[in-house]
Amino acid sequence: MWQRFAPALPANPWNWIAVWRRNFLVWRKVALASILGNLAEPMSSLFGLGFGLGMIIGGVEGTSYISFLAAGMVATSAMVSATFETIYAAYARMQTNCTWEAVLCTPLTLGDIVLGEVAWAASKALLAGTAITIVAVALGYAEWSSIPYALPAIALTGVTFASLAMVVSALAPSHDYFIFYQSLILTPMMYLSGAIFPMSQLPGSFQRIAALLPLTHSVDLIRPAMLGRPVDSVGLHVGALCIYAAFPFLVSAVLLRQRLMR
Amino acid sequence: MSTAAVDLFQVSKFYDDRVVVDALSFTVSPGECFGLLGPNGAGKSTLARLILGVASPDAGKICVLGEPVPARARLARRGIGVVPQFDNLDLQLTVRENLLVFGRYFAMSAAEVKAVTPSLLEFARLENKADARVAELSGGMKRRLTLARALINDPQLLVLDEPTTGLDPHGRHLIWERLRSLLARGKTILLTTHFMEEAERLCDRLCVLEHGRKIAEGQPLALIEQQIGCQVIEIYGGNPHELLPLVRPQVQRAEVSGETLFCYVTDPEQVRLRLANRTDLRLLQRPPNLEDVFLRLTGREIKD
Repeated sequence: MWQRFAPALPANPWNWIAVWRRNFLVWRKVALASILGNLAEPMSSLFGLGFGLGMIIGGVEGTSYISFLAAGMVATSAMVSATFETIYAAYARMQTNCTWEAVLCTPLTLGDIVLGEVAWAASKALLAGTAITIVAVALGYAEWSSIPYALPAIALTGVTFASLAMVVSALAPSHDYFIFYQSLILTPMMYLSGAIFPMSQLPGSFQRIAALLPLTHSVDLIRPAMLGRPVDSVGLHVGALCIYAAFPFLVSAVLLRQRLMR
Repeated sequence: MSTAAVDLFQVSKFYDDRVVVDALSFTVSPGECFGLLGPNGAGKSTLARLILGVASPDAGKICVLGEPVPARARLARRGIGVVPQFDNLDLQLTVRENLLVFGRYFAMSAAEVKAVTPSLLEFARLENKADARVAELSGGMKRRLTLARALINDPQLLVLDEPTTGLDPHGRHLIWERLRSLLARGKTILLTTHFMEEAERLCDRLCVLEHGRKIAEGQPLALIEQQIGCQVIEIYGGNPHELLPLVRPQVQRAEVSGETLFCYVTDPEQVRLRLANRTDLRLLQRPPNLEDVFLRLTGREIKD
């Protein structure tokens, strides 16, 4: 049993770094375009909704709407960034470009590759989330002192959503199927998680569902940090995100083993 | 433990209910070039995957460089270099960067990769392409880079899955020449191919496969001598089934494949005389080769 799944697990704690560095080397060549492309959407949402709706709404939970939304956009952009890197870029490396196939012929295991890809997607999420945090701080929508607290939460959000997306990548017969994950899972999650409006506005049953969503835990960690407020139930949120990261990671590794190492 | 570079014992592999590798056994000794020869779909690439531990056998035992595979395939792969059937280089990266990235998978430092890069580029005849993006290289150059990449870890064993498929004759000869220089340096090569000429030129021994089964094994020339052992005349331009009764008395054996009649003869002149008045036919006389062996064993040509 163990031997069967050993190739699906990382061989040691450092092999994944070679995969991460490969992706970094390729990304470095298109870094500027990639950063702009990744930031344009969350930034336009932040300013468009923040200023536009903000004028109608006024304050939310004791702060301006744009400050409230900034934290939601940081969490959402980390989610989207990690997801897209995994379902599009990592999937292409697995399926179209056969990059993974080349790596499987080296001493690295499939688990090393998956861990490297998850770490890489989380890094891109961290970059996107951090950039928005810095813009929000610079414009006075968040506290400077919030940055050291927000960054680990953004990174953890990235790992969580990269792991979840890896399961989707492992199951998808082609990239045409990813739109279902985006429209049926990610978009509803964005509206349910309190990223854009307070969860208290939802009907009770929806609130109970929303409380289980990984993005809700991210928002509950990142928003108080950015607004300079004490974070409630840190252990619960971090624990929930860790479970959402670890369990799908293992599931995806086993599914990918069945897919690639038949 | 085994002193063989590769040792397969009664290995079988099924996909769903289809047998892809059927109770196959063979041994590759250190320093030899061993060929797996067969048409597309014979199970060659699956065998390469099994030997690398990327796929697991459903029955049988595999041992590569002294390590049981797939259980300890990761350790065996430290000493293996692989040229896959289809190039999977990083197209966005330069030639040099491809080597660097691959070296890291073998836990080499940047300095270690840098130290071996010039000799690998020289080997691949890519000295002046070091900083070119792979996307800009020709098909032959990409293949040679893939071969150089496979040597980054100074492997004892090279697993080459159809290394010259898709190359023009010049590119193919260049790869063959490079492979021979590797054999001269004592490397062990396991090569899958459906090119008879490639198998004949490079392999010390080979295993002929059909539908995952071994149908012959031995040295190329010995196999040709055992199975054929006489001259061949290929006749085309007419209906081979009509021609067969005409020449039957003069030949040891004859096979029809497509529009060609293959005649195996000890005295070719007899056949020529027999068909002297048939100006519509073309006759090609040649020594026997592995193609004939395959045709004899399976009743069909390997060409596809």
